[in-house]
Amino acid sequence: MDDKPHFRNVALLWLLSCVIMVPIVVFVIGPGLPPGNGSVQASGQVTDNTVLLAVATPVALGVLVYMAYALWAFRERTPEVVLDGPPIRGNASVQFWWLVVTTVLVLFLAGYGSVRLLADGSGGGQGPNPIAVPSPPKGTSVLPVQVIAQQWEFTYRFPTYGGVQTRDIELPANTLIRFNVTSLDVIHSFWAYELGVKADANPGVNNVAYVTTKGPLTFHVRCAELCGVWHGYMFNTGTVVPRAQFAAWITQQRVQYAPATKNLPPYSRTYFPPPLRRGG
Amino acid sequence: MSAQAKRAVVTAVITVAICVGIALYVGLYLVNVPGSSAATQTAAGTHLYLATVATAEPSDPHNTWVSYYVVNSASNDWRHDTTFQVPANTLVHFTIYQYDTSTGLRNPFFSQPSGTVGPVLIDGKPTTVVDPSAPAHTFAIPQIGLSIPLPGADSNAKNLCAQAPCSLSQAHHTVSFTFRTPAKGLYRWQCFVPCGAGFIQGNGGPMQTVGYMGGFLKVV
Repeated sequence: MDDKPHFRNVALLWLLSCVIMVPIVVFVIGPGLPPGNGSVQASGQVTDNTVLLAVATPVALGVLVYMAYALWAFRERTPEVVLDGPPIRGNASVQFWWLVVTTVLVLFLAGYGSVRLLADGSGGGQGPNPIAVPSPPKGTSVLPVQVIAQQWEFTYRFPTYGGVQTRDIELPANTLIRFNVTSLDVIHSFWAYELGVKADANPGVNNVAYVTTKGPLTFHVRCAELCGVWHGYMFNTGTVVPRAQFAAWITQQRVQYAPATKNLPPYSRTYFPPPLRRGG
Repeated sequence: MSAQAKRAVVTAVITVAICVGIALYVGLYLVNVPGSSAATQTAAGTHLYLATVATAEPSDPHNTWVSYYVVNSASNDWRHDTTFQVPANTLVHFTIYQYDTSTGLRNPFFSQPSGTVGPVLIDGKPTTVVDPSAPAHTFAIPQIGLSIPLPGADSNAKNLCAQAPCSLSQAHHTVSFTFRTPAKGLYRWQCFVPCGAGFIQGNGGPMQTVGYMGGFLKVV
């Protein structure tokens, strides 16, 4: 073993690479991380992903820098004489700091994640009794939208607009939306990618997810739970539009689907169709 | 030939046989796609006739399953195809002879026809909505917003058709509609009635197998 200051060298290289890479992660890569800034919750997810990546970067760099340094510094200079290094047995200092650093990292991530989830639910399904209920933007009220999944299409019901059900989804901008997600048959998952919303659709369960929309936007809805032969085709496109445009759209939908609306059961958070209609 | 050489030859032959078997299995699976039928072009426009029946013909590998068929206008030429080829950006007239009895819609929203150009005619009568317990099947292409409920035949009728092929003299409803085809591409269609009798939730078997209650609209 030579007496070169390897630990110091590795530490300096690691520090240098962190000084370069962490700002790149935070300021260059971070803003482009998914799912974008289509809603308040989506923006929050971008922040979360950036924080997680920024925390993970020094860890990854530690591994990579050490590996690169070892390949270079500890290479065998006289290949015909291959000698193993002396064994290392116990190093209380390394063990102590390893435990301290990893414990701090894990506790920070657990705390950060919990705080973020409690703040607004981060767009995820919270079950029938949500803990995190964001406040609507000033001067507005929450808009409930029921997402009804069935093999193999999502339909949407608006209880505050006569209970009309629609095939497409349009949402008003700068509004807090409460998605009540349920299913009429098997387990699906409502994933509105650009809005940062993902909530499982379970039969007989009302899964609530909140999202606060921002400006006009086109977003993609996909089923994120393998649900049968046409699962890959269970998608559609939605839009966030100015409030006046939404008002015109929902009025038009109420007129267009008035005959079907008369046939719908009263609005409910879950539906249990009669056995004949469930059993074939 | 030494014993070791013999073992090597036998191993090689078995390996090749297994590889050929796997290749054949995969190859045959890939080429065994459900048949396709093109819409008929006449002076009156582009027309496609379909039929729905309670069970497929006796020779079908799943002859207890409900199914769609392509038929001719007289309902006397039945082909078990569920890929329908139609021209792009064209008004296409569909006529469906519905021979099965009612199951009812799981989601009553689909009781209202949508996505058509002009009225939906059920036995010649313009229809804006049906009783949600009446449909035996629907014909829907969600990607283009087309959804047509197909009322069930009278279950008390004495001349019900239980198995394909059926004739127009048997109990049925005739549903006709027109829609404009989208741009070129492959669009799936399906039934939204849980009509897979005997399967959990009614959505197994024919509902989960391309070639019975689902298929493709091949727009060319």
